[in-house]
Amino acid sequence: MELLLNPVVISLVKVLVIILLFVMVVGTVLTLMERKWMSAVQDRIGPNRANIGSFRGRGTLHIAADGLKSIFKEDTVPEGANRFVFTIAPFFGFFSAIVIWAVIPFAGPLGGFTFQITDVNIGMLLVFAVTSLGVYGTVLAGWSSNNKFAVLGAARGTSQMLSYEIFLGLSLVGLFMIVGSVRVSDLVAYQNTYWFGDVLPKWGVLTQPVSCVLFFVAMLAEAKRLPFDAPEGESEIIAGYFLEYSGMRYAAFMLAEYVAIVGIGALTVTLFFGGYHVPWLHADGFHLLGAVLPLPAWLVVLLQLGAFIGKVLFFCWLVIILRWTVPRFRFDQIMALGWKRLLPVCLANVAVTALVLLAVDGWQ
Amino acid sequence: MLVFFYLFAAAAVLGALGVLLLRNPVYCALSLVATMSALGGVFILLNQEFVAAIQILIYAGAIMVLFLFVIMLLNLRSDEQFIARWNPGKVVGIAMALVILAQLVGVFTSASATLGPAGEYPAERIAKEGAVEIVGGLLVTQYVLPFEVASILLMVAIIGAVVIAKRQIAKPSQEGR
Repeated sequence: MELLLNPVVISLVKVLVIILLFVMVVGTVLTLMERKWMSAVQDRIGPNRANIGSFRGRGTLHIAADGLKSIFKEDTVPEGANRFVFTIAPFFGFFSAIVIWAVIPFAGPLGGFTFQITDVNIGMLLVFAVTSLGVYGTVLAGWSSNNKFAVLGAARGTSQMLSYEIFLGLSLVGLFMIVGSVRVSDLVAYQNTYWFGDVLPKWGVLTQPVSCVLFFVAMLAEAKRLPFDAPEGESEIIAGYFLEYSGMRYAAFMLAEYVAIVGIGALTVTLFFGGYHVPWLHADGFHLLGAVLPLPAWLVVLLQLGAFIGKVLFFCWLVIILRWTVPRFRFDQIMALGWKRLLPVCLANVAVTALVLLAVDGWQ
Repeated sequence: MLVFFYLFAAAAVLGALGVLLLRNPVYCALSLVATMSALGGVFILLNQEFVAAIQILIYAGAIMVLFLFVIMLLNLRSDEQFIARWNPGKVVGIAMALVILAQLVGVFTSASATLGPAGEYPAERIAKEGAVEIVGGLLVTQYVLPFEVASILLMVAIIGAVVIAKRQIAKPSQEGR
């Protein structure tokens, strides 16, 4: 019992539960759901042939089939490649996609137990720091493959990710100014305060609508999802920076991409869509227009957990359905959009937010 | 805590040695990334999470990526370009390094090398008020002039880089006419 209450052990258990039971599971299922939704958009049935005997499970067995296939496929290293760098490159993207989950809260505190691995002081800065390391996966994979298409993909990927990292940080400045903190728990708690007494929740998307759109776009570009997937660009440079990879290392790139999609969902929800909060649900029950519906603490936490997971899954669906809705931008269009359109909008958003805050709070 | 310090310190020193001793420029750059990240870890042990995040975000995540990017585009593969030769510059450099080493050893072994009084911002205050809030507040009040001077210096450097790059681009097109 003593061992179970040790804070280090508790944190380790949280890490294992969140990563293995939520992030990896959703990421893996998304690999199949992407193909299912894509076929729905294109009026096809999609993968449904993997079977055990007569059981097909509407294609769910393809997850297992894909996993087995990548494990048993030969792990090739191209001739002239830098073997060491080629081997370690897939893990960088994976690292940055996983570590951001350290600060994401899944539900409100229950007694002394928090549903968040760590609530560090620097909060979102930690997220920026680890996402900035993800670019090494792209640059090293492309360079070490000894393939001109891979180098092209890496060059595109690096410049795109470095550029959009700037908007990623700048787009959130307005939100930080309103809340007055970069700590994730503060950002989430602020979204459970209300306008007009207790009617309209101050969700990030309502207080900072421009910032919400900019952040979502920057995250898409950071994860190299369509319409920002010029670094992969199947029709131009085959698969870009990871075209020489096979077997499990290729699967690592793919899985990192889908885990990153879940991360986009979680960050967008946490910052702009109330985090784990259900509107009008406080720690002791629902409050609306003076009426109170008291609920036990465990039910509140359960509702919050469900709300968070539901919202995250909605944004995963949105990211994937975007891929089958919009065409790919050309690489120069991506850079022009970033530096000539989004950067001025980001800066204007910060300036306007500052002026509004000054007008509301007054000069102190 | 001490275990983590030795881990990060060892990683930082090994990375720094790697930068100096490895021949492949990509390995050198990666070693520098390891050193920067390990330094970030040391800053966390010093209760400076903000400096740690900035260290990783700026040095490991942005500047070193640009280094790698340039190395990748130049494709510096061959080791021959980096064969060490003795020259006067190197002798002077080694002498200077030895002087600095002697000074550091002297300072840290002298009798006056004790911990000074606690400063204005001990760990408890940073934990309570938040490192970002403290640094931000100081930057726009007490240190606003150095802050603005540094930003103008950076802007001059950026404009300079753009001017130099534009001249390089403009030349071939003029010759083509």
